Amino acid sequence: MQSAAATRPAPPRRDPLVQIVSRSVVLPQTNIDTDQIIPARFLSTTTREGLGRHAFHDWRWLADGSPNPDFPFNRPENAGRTILLAGCNFGCGSSREHAPWALRDLGLRAVVSSGIADIFRNNALKNGLLPVVLPEPVVQMLMRRPDDELEIDIATRELRTPDRQVFHFPLDDFARTCLLEGVDELGWLLARENEIRLYEERFHAR
Amino acid sequence: MTGHPPKTMYDKLWDAHVVVPESDDAPAVLYIDLHLIHEVTSPQAFDELRARGLRPRRPDLTKATMDHSTPTLPPGPDGRLPYASEASERQVGQLARNCAEFGIELFDFGSDRRGIVHVMAPELGLTRPGMTIVCGDSHTSTHGAFGALAFGIGTSEVGHVLATQCLLQRKARTMAITIGGTLAPGVGAKDVILHVIGKIGVGGGTGHVIEYRGPAVRAMDMEQRMTLCNMSIEAGARAGMVAPDDTTFEWLARAPRAPKGEAFERAVAYWRSLASDEGAEFDVEVHIDASEIRPTLTWGTHPGTAIAVDAPIPPANDPVARKGLDYMGFQPGETLKGKRVDVVFVGSCTNGRLRDLREVAGVLRGRRVAPHVRMLVVPGSEQVKRQAEAEGIHEVIRAAGAEWREPGCSMCIAMNGDLVGPGQLAVSTSNRNFEGRQGPGARTLLASPLTAAWAAVNGHVADPRELFPSHEQSEVA
Repeated sequence: MQSAAATRPAPPRRDPLVQIVSRSVVLPQTNIDTDQIIPARFLSTTTREGLGRHAFHDWRWLADGSPNPDFPFNRPENAGRTILLAGCNFGCGSSREHAPWALRDLGLRAVVSSGIADIFRNNALKNGLLPVVLPEPVVQMLMRRPDDELEIDIATRELRTPDRQVFHFPLDDFARTCLLEGVDELGWLLARENEIRLYEERFHAR
Repeated sequence: MTGHPPKTMYDKLWDAHVVVPESDDAPAVLYIDLHLIHEVTSPQAFDELRARGLRPRRPDLTKATMDHSTPTLPPGPDGRLPYASEASERQVGQLARNCAEFGIELFDFGSDRRGIVHVMAPELGLTRPGMTIVCGDSHTSTHGAFGALAFGIGTSEVGHVLATQCLLQRKARTMAITIGGTLAPGVGAKDVILHVIGKIGVGGGTGHVIEYRGPAVRAMDMEQRMTLCNMSIEAGARAGMVAPDDTTFEWLARAPRAPKGEAFERAVAYWRSLASDEGAEFDVEVHIDASEIRPTLTWGTHPGTAIAVDAPIPPANDPVARKGLDYMGFQPGETLKGKRVDVVFVGSCTNGRLRDLREVAGVLRGRRVAPHVRMLVVPGSEQVKRQAEAEGIHEVIRAAGAEWREPGCSMCIAMNGDLVGPGQLAVSTSNRNFEGRQGPGARTLLASPLTAAWAAVNGHVADPRELFPSHEQSEVA
């Protein structure tokens, strides 16, 4: 057993995510679904990489392939921004993890909304993309000030504005630890081997 | 002893699968009984196993099929399947190689059990009451129709289940949706779930597991219950479920992979214990009277925009609603009834089962699809196709001028080359009407198989209750 374990590659650790400091890109639409984030026709890939150019594809690119100048991610002033402010129920629809892969590849580190769909939220956390849920009036206020440099602090679960407003957002202790320490969830599950084996024995006994 | 406090079905399924209980510090470790995989959301998970030198913990509990990227046209003269792209073909091939390498049973081309993952697994009896079932696909909620806890997961979690047969989960809140009374002729499970989503909203189920209850649900057969549970995710719910009963057990008695003989009897006794206890409390309760549900379609670009076929499109109160209307090219106050239709799609994990195709054939028999309408009928699995062909359904569909295809997800997700053209209006029995879902620029009205077939014949959206004149008379009388 030990020798088999010794031949295993070391479990990959993710880069910790402690703080995000950025101005915002605003997509005020509600119910932005995963088909908008990454249309299904780009899911034929077998890797995680390179999906950023297809993020928001049908909003971002015109039919002739040129950039839609009205789309926020195409505006020069938004280049390099890592926080997305989006309308309620962001990420609804399919379970495709390609959605957070695409957003990370686009350069985003946080999505701030008054509602984030369950599966998207789960997938985002596994990919170092922070889901931040705040009350609708707060999100609306932030959307009016996209050029404010926001600070999102994972340890304190706070989003801070330059004029010293502080907003707390919910973040599970486990998710927080995973982000801060770069803990790998699969590694954590693999370490529950004894409990899993006991469960299986109990289950087969009944 | 008064015993334990009453439990919901969700509580019972949850408790039976907890490997490590949840705490403030960490989510629960939940054991997974059945893991289904397909070609689109699994390749990166297998790569993860390889990168870590891991093998699947329980390869016998994972079953694979191919459905999303697969062509629905038969092989060409050269014997090759007409894939939409090399990437699609490569992806399907990679699933076959991964299954071979890791010892996972695959229902491949050539198997008479291949099909849309949420159609083939229940047919086989892989899906059973009391199970936890996951798949890298949000419509995994379908399997809840059997009294299973079934939900969609991402690709990282596909890797977690392959490697450990477990998932990290926080317990969800519960919502009971009770459908009282009886459905009118021409109104089916699809109309019920569209009505429900319209009522609670496209995010109304977020964080919740829904249990569908009440006389109208009890009266549904398994195929209708699957349609109902299938679209739970369209209300944002984690899962949807229906307590198992004799209808469930009759289905399973015929399913080849379900337990047999004495083992089946023992299983039934356990399955009967799964229903929510009398007096069990739900976090949210919703009551709907079946008689208020009319044939229902969507007018906008998410499934929450559901209205009755003869109801006016609501006013646009904000720029977001305006955007949906602009995309669809509709005006507030108009009805969907009468809208000229370009494409009709029958199929998908929502409505690609035998019952759905029988309903469609019932409408098309002796009638023609309107000349300007392209109609595609795609069985949900090889079994559905075989049974439908044994009943002559394919001949009715072809005689009416519609296309009869090979099984797969097809035009629901439009990954395989089956597309609705830009600007075209489609009536679809599928589950999502998002912008571009059925092809760039495509406009989708979600509807029941009856409504879809009746629209195909009329060339515009029409009220399927017209097919039941006795019902109208009884209403008038």
